[in-house]
Amino acid sequence: MGPGMDTLNAQIGASPAKTHKRAGWRTFLLWVLPVAFLLYFFYQPLAAIFKLVFSPGFKAGWQLFTPAAVARIFFFTFYQAALSTLLTLLVGLPAAYVFAKFDFPGRKGLNLLSLIPFILPTVVVASAFNTLMGPRGWINLGIMALFKLSDPPLKLLNSLPAVLLAHVFYNSSIVIRMVGSALGRLNPRLTEAARNLGASNRQAIKEITFPLLKPTVIGAALLVFLFDFTSFGVIMMLGGPRYATIEVEIYTQTMQRLNLPVAGLLTLIQLVFTLLLTFLYNRIKHPKYGKAAVSSEAQNLKKPRGFREKALIWVVAVVIVLLIAMPLLSLVSRSVFTLDAARGERGAVSTGFSLRYYQELFINRTGSLFYIPPIEAIRNSVSYSLATVLISTVIGVITSYALANPSMLSRHLEPFIMLPLGASAITLGLGYLIVFNRPPWNNPSFSLLIPIAHSLVALPLVIRVLLPAIRGIPSNLRQAASVLGANRVQVFLQVDLPILLRALLASIVFAFTISLGEFGAASFLASPLKPTIPVAIFRFISQPGALNYGQALAMSTILMLTCAAGTVLIGRIRLPGEELY
Amino acid sequence: MRFRFPLLIGAILALLAACVSAPTPASQPAIALPKEPQTLNVLTHDSFAVSEELIKKFEADNQVKINFIKGGDTGSALNRLILESISGSVKADVFYGVDNTFLSRALSQNLFEPYKAPALAEIPGEFQLDATNQVVPVDYGDVCINYDKQYFSEKTLPLPKSLSQLQDPAYQNLLVVENPETSSPGLAFMLTTIAAFGENGWLDWWGAMKENGVVIVTDWETAYYTNFSGSSGRGPQPMVVSYASSPAAELIYSDPKLDESPTASIVADDTCWRQIEFAGILKGTPNRELAEKFIDFLLSKDFQEDMPLQMFVFPVLNGAAVPEDFTKAPQIPAKPASLDPALIAENRDKWVQEWTLLMLK
Repeated sequence: MGPGMDTLNAQIGASPAKTHKRAGWRTFLLWVLPVAFLLYFFYQPLAAIFKLVFSPGFKAGWQLFTPAAVARIFFFTFYQAALSTLLTLLVGLPAAYVFAKFDFPGRKGLNLLSLIPFILPTVVVASAFNTLMGPRGWINLGIMALFKLSDPPLKLLNSLPAVLLAHVFYNSSIVIRMVGSALGRLNPRLTEAARNLGASNRQAIKEITFPLLKPTVIGAALLVFLFDFTSFGVIMMLGGPRYATIEVEIYTQTMQRLNLPVAGLLTLIQLVFTLLLTFLYNRIKHPKYGKAAVSSEAQNLKKPRGFREKALIWVVAVVIVLLIAMPLLSLVSRSVFTLDAARGERGAVSTGFSLRYYQELFINRTGSLFYIPPIEAIRNSVSYSLATVLISTVIGVITSYALANPSMLSRHLEPFIMLPLGASAITLGLGYLIVFNRPPWNNPSFSLLIPIAHSLVALPLVIRVLLPAIRGIPSNLRQAASVLGANRVQVFLQVDLPILLRALLASIVFAFTISLGEFGAASFLASPLKPTIPVAIFRFISQPGALNYGQALAMSTILMLTCAAGTVLIGRIRLPGEELY
Repeated sequence: MRFRFPLLIGAILALLAACVSAPTPASQPAIALPKEPQTLNVLTHDSFAVSEELIKKFEADNQVKINFIKGGDTGSALNRLILESISGSVKADVFYGVDNTFLSRALSQNLFEPYKAPALAEIPGEFQLDATNQVVPVDYGDVCINYDKQYFSEKTLPLPKSLSQLQDPAYQNLLVVENPETSSPGLAFMLTTIAAFGENGWLDWWGAMKENGVVIVTDWETAYYTNFSGSSGRGPQPMVVSYASSPAAELIYSDPKLDESPTASIVADDTCWRQIEFAGILKGTPNRELAEKFIDFLLSKDFQEDMPLQMFVFPVLNGAAVPEDFTKAPQIPAKPASLDPALIAENRDKWVQEWTLLMLK
């Protein structure tokens, strides 16, 4: 079925020689903006830091660092990333299938829920996991009560399983959204036709759905792998001090020991490995969708039928609730319930529902210069997020179109577009400090560098989501529109955009949430008087006291609500031509 | 329906404009005016805090706008400064927050311009560790073991009176410490043990502690809120390496309000590490005069008395009062451990490496 469709498509969609020639300079023009953006904001600071790191200003600090140590760190980094990616696919793929195919009560809520982990700073996730799975978390307390144990039986924190769990918690939404968006674009009639022709459900998935989805699945896996590979906060806070990825070691060598040559070498290793991986990924063949493969219905959700479909939905729902909802709920509950009744010396402390932590957020108790009212933190975060959405969507759409044109230029440039994912955030951050330490970049009232840095992280995701969708637009549809007299802009608005809608929304949500939850660049580049929500959370949790802890949890809850509200609003965006479908 | 897309873009742009450009009109005339206030850039660490009122007063008195830049934790902020200095891109005029464990590294990098502040006469000699006056001491605090009072009273367990006693099986699995490589209280506590047991004996103590189930975590946040039973996290360990001022913070930020802190510090001799924080004028500043005024401000009675409640540290200035709320809970160790800053600078990496090999491998 697959090869046959390709031939058919080649017949219908093959471009005449004339357009192919013109594609040359058009593609070139498309590349100008993305390449300039990356050169200026990614390669320039990186080059500056490498120049510095390998300058004689730093005496080499190799005495404490052996090749064997580098190899050990690399191996662990690779090992945990591979394991995490496999587990993430295991959770994400069935969930993507269920969300894209079935209509069931609670679908939207669960879908929204799966996005929230993406925005949570690691320090919050660590406390959420602690309230659930820690030594005094619900699970351990429950087991202890049930079996009358005196010690917590599960030692989940500070271990590899905690790291893996957190990576799945964070990244399954990448798989759900990317694969879900691709699944939603597939025409269900293809599989129906196959079923009518006598194929079993499994055969239909194997022969039709999977080949068409393969590039998206592998693309999502690659992204998840790279996120896990460069993991920092999760390893530090949930893995404990015994585990170090390359990025953690870069942090230690740079910020604690000032051993920059070693940090530079590790940064290079990480970059080269990312480059290798993306080159390998580029060798995978992308099947071209025929017109028949693209869905012509906005909603092709169906009610689950039969035991198997219902069971699948139940399994997915239970896994998502256990994995994502439970830690989040325990966090939210701790922000509105005072559970610490037994702690006070006097003992007679009331337990119950209280909005004290939220009220406290509005009080500048010590008259501090750095106090930030919650509304302003939300405003700071949301304005950086919207700027990120704008930058990454504009550049992402242009880049994706440039990549979709099959040319030598695109083939060679693609890995360099993906490279920011493998760049060490710490190294890049230091590069920013050196290169952009002047106006207009260091404007304290709105640091443009923050949405730019966030866009660098979001871009590869935006592109991976958009590219398969753009490649999937049947060229005969565009040709038909041209024949009917539409100009290029009209073709884009009337043909491309409606087909891209799902993917575009998915990519906007990604860019929005990445920016909303990002902590490192925001704390590094923002003026301390204009902190984002994650930075404000960190300020509370880095001080002792029940009120500080409670306020950190309250602020985290506000972050989640902001994310949920933003995502729902984005979902309501209507694009032109959508009603055609 | 073709209008919707431009409308959407318009809406996003309008929103952005509202968020982005709102501050611009305010700042642009300020740049255009000839008599704008000067800006003094102060690079500091994330824990820095000060009353808004005090800063506003300083700004008004001196016709200056202070721009604070926060550069991460103590070590990160200093390393950021060193990096900027090597690449010739230092933007700050004043640096606040180098502590005695990093002092030698900071001084060896030639970052500061000497300034003999008049107020130094009012600061005890024990805090004045830099004879060249490149940096001045501003505050101090002690890294001590905090304990959960309720746990010790319920189990009728006596408090350990020295670090050696912690090797007693009675205290098995009861202490959580931070990794010295990634945490500044962790590093301070490691240095305490070196001061207490000497360069030949400290690793033996740690070896025995490993046998006795000392718990090691990455950072203070995890140690305090996840593992420590005396804090809101209600973890399993009733002893944690934190600050002598943490019990005061537990009291001031208690919820519901308590009369007495649920935690306290162990302040026996040689069990705590005194962290002294310094500030200095950065080399090549075009605002030397203002920078001097800011250093004087840091050593002024107003600022010194503001610090305890803002940063939970103690003033170094003779006669600076500490708020009553603050003195209720924290105890000040009579004899904190100490090491020569030059010795620390020389051996820090080696010690941390040895510690890591013993404790984490």
